Amino acid sequence: MKLNLKIWRQKNADTKGEMVSYPLNGIEEDMSFLEMLDVLNEQLINKGEEPVEFDHDCREGICGTCSLMINGRAHGPDTRITACQLHMRSFNDGDEIVIEPWRAKAFPVVKDLIVDRSAFDRIQQAGGYISINTSGNPVDANAIPIEKDMADKAFNAATCIGCGACVAACKNASAMLFTSAKVSQFALLPQGQVEAAERVQNMVRQMDLEGFGNCTNTGACEVECPKGISLENIARMNREYLSASVKG
Amino acid sequence: MGILDSKIPKGPLADKWTNHKNHIELVNPANKRNIDVIVVGTGLAGGSAAATLAELGYNVKTFCYQDSPRRAHSIAAQGGVNAAKNYQGDGDSVYRLFYDTVKGGDYRSREANVYRLAQVSTNIIDQCVAQGVPFAREYGGLLDNRSFGGVLVSRTFYAKGQTGQQLLLGAYAAMNRQIQRGKIKSHTRHEMLDIVLVDGKARGIIARNLVTGEIERHSAHAVVLATGGYGNLFFLSTYCMGANVMAAWKAHKRGAFFANPCFTQIHPTCIPVSGDHQSKLTLMSESLRNDGRIWVPKRLEDAKAIQEGKLKPTQLKEEDRDYYLERRYPAFGNLVPRDVASRAAKERCDAGFGVNKTGEAVYLDFDSAIMRYGREKALTSGIKDPDNKTVRELGEKVVEAKYGNLFQMYEKIVDQNPYKTPMMIYPAVHYTMGGLWVDYNLQTSIPGCYAAGEANFSDHGANRLGASALMQGLADGYFVLPYTIGDYLSKDIRTGEISTDLPEFEAAETHVKERIAKLMSGKGIHSVDYYHKKLGKIMWNKCGMSRNAKELQEAIDEIAALRADFWENVKVPGTADNKNQELEKAGRVADFLELGELFAKDALTRNESCGGHFREEYQTPEGEALRDDENFKFVSAWEYKGEPKDAVLHKEELVYENIELKTRSYK
Ligand SMILES: Cc1cc2nc3c(=O)[nH]c(=O)nc-3n(C[C@H](O)[C@H](O)[C@H](O)COP(=O)(O)OP(=O)(O)OC[C@H]3O[C@@H](n4cnc5c(N)ncnc54)[C@H](O)[C@@H]3O)c2cc1C
Ligand code: SF4
Ligand code: FES
Repeated sequence: MKLNLKIWRQKNADTKGEMVSYPLNGIEEDMSFLEMLDVLNEQLINKGEEPVEFDHDCREGICGTCSLMINGRAHGPDTRITACQLHMRSFNDGDEIVIEPWRAKAFPVVKDLIVDRSAFDRIQQAGGYISINTSGNPVDANAIPIEKDMADKAFNAATCIGCGACVAACKNASAMLFTSAKVSQFALLPQGQVEAAERVQNMVRQMDLEGFGNCTNTGACEVECPKGISLENIARMNREYLSASVKG
Repeated sequence: MGILDSKIPKGPLADKWTNHKNHIELVNPANKRNIDVIVVGTGLAGGSAAATLAELGYNVKTFCYQDSPRRAHSIAAQGGVNAAKNYQGDGDSVYRLFYDTVKGGDYRSREANVYRLAQVSTNIIDQCVAQGVPFAREYGGLLDNRSFGGVLVSRTFYAKGQTGQQLLLGAYAAMNRQIQRGKIKSHTRHEMLDIVLVDGKARGIIARNLVTGEIERHSAHAVVLATGGYGNLFFLSTYCMGANVMAAWKAHKRGAFFANPCFTQIHPTCIPVSGDHQSKLTLMSESLRNDGRIWVPKRLEDAKAIQEGKLKPTQLKEEDRDYYLERRYPAFGNLVPRDVASRAAKERCDAGFGVNKTGEAVYLDFDSAIMRYGREKALTSGIKDPDNKTVRELGEKVVEAKYGNLFQMYEKIVDQNPYKTPMMIYPAVHYTMGGLWVDYNLQTSIPGCYAAGEANFSDHGANRLGASALMQGLADGYFVLPYTIGDYLSKDIRTGEISTDLPEFEAAETHVKERIAKLMSGKGIHSVDYYHKKLGKIMWNKCGMSRNAKELQEAIDEIAALRADFWENVKVPGTADNKNQELEKAGRVADFLELGELFAKDALTRNESCGGHFREEYQTPEGEALRDDENFKFVSAWEYKGEPKDAVLHKEELVYENIELKTRSYK
């Protein structure tokens, strides 16, 4: 198939970017979206131009590295998948495809379609862990049974891949879905309860410091999240936060 | 013993590790504060090592090329992690895990290392649960287990199809806690380009800041390489796109021996190649072989009709199908180890029985499982005499609960519904058992340079069993290396900070910069991918699932020629003082072009078939691997001497005191 790509090009954080058009031929339906970009890049390199840089690594939807805004939608038109899992059969011959980086104040552009998501790391450094040493001697893994339902819920929250699509999809660029998934994962397990109050306060404080916007409950994040992280997590985090503040 | 000293402690197998640990020199906490350790790689091995070293009090600097430590390739592991907990009461034990691993590795691993691995495996599960890793549980609230290939017990702990993700997030969380305390300094989007030796000891690295292009010097008292495997040598593999051998290879060029480079795992159940555009291959977890049955048509004309799209697999009657694994290996059936399953698939496809356009695929069929589960479900839900349609619907629900995410992944890629028609699968490069040679303490042949996880060679012999890589990475990182390294560091308490102004750092930096300049100044005829794909073809065709002397020799020559071509004609656009993904790729491919040659030489030298290394000249009349314990019961440790093919072989003889060497049989 034949496509007309419009792609954001930006040399680095200090320069201004712009949209550039690239017509592209010979794309097959079986190609993944990123393989389509590989084809474009091979052509650009052979023409002596600089290829389009985009973040990617696992190319199977688990590392959370890929981060493309495709025709205005985080990770593209299909739901519950990442950009690297998107295939060209979701497009038609002659389509125009607009490709941009995540747009958020807390995610500055590094180059072309690559953004800096280290704010997510810092939110987790602020408290996204259970304070236990490896060098200690933990108890037997089966000493504390955990209700299957709770364990499954904790797991579901923990499947967040940290991609940032929730922030990109949100008109306020809020990181509530991400942060709440992290808070919930621990809050739902007995092991995580000891530090629960401190954890939620520290993580929320860091989230605000990083310059993410406020949550106005539009739910766009849940719609675009490739892992189906539920809005319930945000409600849970709000409860945790309130009760932590009450305790002081 | 030659110059290789494996430092295996004396005494009975079961006591070696405890005794050794009790005699390791300790560094007192006040002194640890003055000691710096560099950990390159933040996967399961590096992440867990960095967190534990920092907890112990060392100053740790970590490096990874991704934008966050959490994105290391370990994140992609699907199926599970082994541990000898015997929660299922099915007769598992430390000894059995040890025995299965040595046998699974076709008797080419070290007894003492594997025994230690089995011993600490149980601590891994305790540690991870304490960290909040949400493993799968049964309704009673206790941990659940599943089975993997090559074993007859259920010892695999899992978190749906995302076990690696959950374990890595655990290690990452442990790292975060230490980053917050200031004990770990994390460098993301940084690539190690060389290791720096001072007075023969590893004292630092040269790294490139991938965002600014800046070349940086970092010093430490010891350097840990936990940089993963080198399967991307084959271009197409189940690895993440950035996986590379750079760190290990640079250490090799500076004196670390490279062990068993040709021991590569080709995983039997991956989604087949669909065309020339293909950039990577996707694994379908081994856990699927618990329920999926593998087959091809019995008759060549049926296979042909299927290849041409004139016949559907579902139209083929039961008696016209060849369940070749069940036929050849009745005891283990579809759960034979990976090397055996992969070779059997290749054998059928080479004979013309493949089932996709290119004839390079076999079926993995869930129909029997769906019907079996459906009947069971109907019974337990009190449905009397259910019709086939109801049974099927019920069965599909059960299969969905078990493997839903994998089925969805398959459907997304292949555009076929695996509940209704069998999956098509084919073997693909998945793991490298070879790696940097290390002694019992995980120290390479460079003093002060350690290797952990997939980057070392130590535990899996010639074939790795499923769910054992995660186990090994975490064992190395949480429970072994942080202690064994103390023995070395205890001699460094008076050294003081290592200066990066030393001439050795200067020289290494100059060397790195010259190499980058050379990469940037190719004639500009072909892209980096062009060379990588060519190398991959040579590797797959001549050093892949079956190898012979003639083709291995050809591979050595072809790779050398390709390397020369690369350095002359490669095209790297852009500049070196900015983010430049083509330059990153070029550096990695340049190293693969050297490693490939050593790989082929190693395979050519090993005149036997064992595990993943199958030499056509050495097989039984039934086509099974023919091992030669008399002449090849050793680890090949290669010393760099200029051109890769001039490497010198050092043999570490393997001693089996506790296990009797047998022909591996899964019949
Ligand atoms: C699809 C898939 C599924 C798998 N499933 C399972 C499973 O179910 N069970 C199991 O036991 N095993 C499984 N494996 C194998 C297992 O995942 C890996 O062997 C293991 O995770 C490797 O961990 P590691 O810590 O050694 O290295 P990795 O996780 O590969 O980490 C390597 C690290 O090194 C860094 N790095 C590399 N080079 C450099 C450099 N030059 N400079 C700076 N940093 C560098 C990277 O950034 C990364 O942080 C699977 C593998 C694949 C591909
Ligand atoms: S919550 Fe969803 S969209 Fe947001 S980072 Fe996690 S996986 Fe990505
Ligand atoms: S590249 Fe890993 S999720 Fe897309």
